[in-house]
Amino acid sequence: MTDAPAPAVELDDDPSLRLGLVAATDSAPGPRLDAHLDELRDRLADSAASAGTVDVFWRTVPSPVGDLLLCATDVGLVRVAFDVEDHDAVLDRVAVQVGSRVLRSPRRLDGVVVELDQYFAGRRRDFDLVLDRRLSRGFQRTVLEHLPEIPYGETASYARVAAASGSPRAVRAVGTACATNPLPVVVPCHRVVRSDGTPGRYRGGEAAKAVLIGLESGARS
Amino acid sequence: MPPFDRVVERHGTTVLRVCRALLDTADADDAWSETFLAALVAWPDLPADVNVEAWLVTVARRKALDVLRARARRPQPVELVPEPPAPVPFDELVARDDALLGAVRSLPDGQRDAVVLHHLAGLSHLEVAELTGRSHAACRRSAADGVAALRRALSDAAPAAPDARRARRPLPSPEGALR
Repeated sequence: MTDAPAPAVELDDDPSLRLGLVAATDSAPGPRLDAHLDELRDRLADSAASAGTVDVFWRTVPSPVGDLLLCATDVGLVRVAFDVEDHDAVLDRVAVQVGSRVLRSPRRLDGVVVELDQYFAGRRRDFDLVLDRRLSRGFQRTVLEHLPEIPYGETASYARVAAASGSPRAVRAVGTACATNPLPVVVPCHRVVRSDGTPGRYRGGEAAKAVLIGLESGARS
Repeated sequence: MPPFDRVVERHGTTVLRVCRALLDTADADDAWSETFLAALVAWPDLPADVNVEAWLVTVARRKALDVLRARARRPQPVELVPEPPAPVPFDELVARDDALLGAVRSLPDGQRDAVVLHHLAGLSHLEVAELTGRSHAACRRSAADGVAALRRALSDAAPAAPDARRARRPLPSPEGALR
């Protein structure tokens, strides 16, 4: 073993004093500090949850359609967002729409992640999650609440969903309601397609919609 | 207000440093949590132009000083029946320099604030002055005095403790340090 001395703490100038203090507090940037801060953040989320001072918990999870951002309130899952939506921008909007006391907590969204993993593995057809639907209102909410009636592995046209929602002429509005679904994947707006069979607009992009339709039709057989 | 989590992400390390400079590891973790819990509650009503880092550091310093004061007031049975300290993991032993931390914690209040808040947390002398309620000049002077006091404390300690850890981490001689 070489007897290389640790860097001496020189106190004559600020940078070395700062380095010395960072070393003394064992808080130099690196994986060890990150792991400790992650643990502190999880604990903070738990304490804040019991104190009732959190508006939104969030985490991300990898999936076949890119990383998904998951946001939950103390009511339930409130927002699912795709990479292409820009997770930071989505969190900014959620902070305005729901509340700014936003905390990351992987642990508190474990249940959602388990169900999503099962779904993407083809082992789950319906989600058994409590949803907080406060980000959809009026006609959009009516449309989205009808979507689970389209069975797993099947698709329906915008026109058919419009009829099922009680407004057969509101085909365009159905398109908008689906394209701005705050809970994609979990609320299956990907099962609503154009009359000619092409996927149509989707929050995660048309390709992601095709992946989900393919996943469900493949797992069905 | 933007999502509170950004604040934790951006300033979590600085707050942890301030807490650890003043408190031992477990107490420091508690002070860190209490700081961000208090900040979370205040967050929606905070003025938009507030200096978030200085504000967090202020809260962290106050939480840490509360713990220290509570310790000082409480009778200390630990001193009567000394328990063996929990073993420190070796990797932590390498990273820590107890002599420096000990010297920081024995500084007079003003000098300790200046060293921790200015040199470690990176606040300006003006910010330190605002949050400690002292004058700008006094904070500047305390920072210089604090650094000099640390240098003296560590130089005095060096020849008196020629154990293995001291030998592994040589400190500059008084002459060298002063030059």
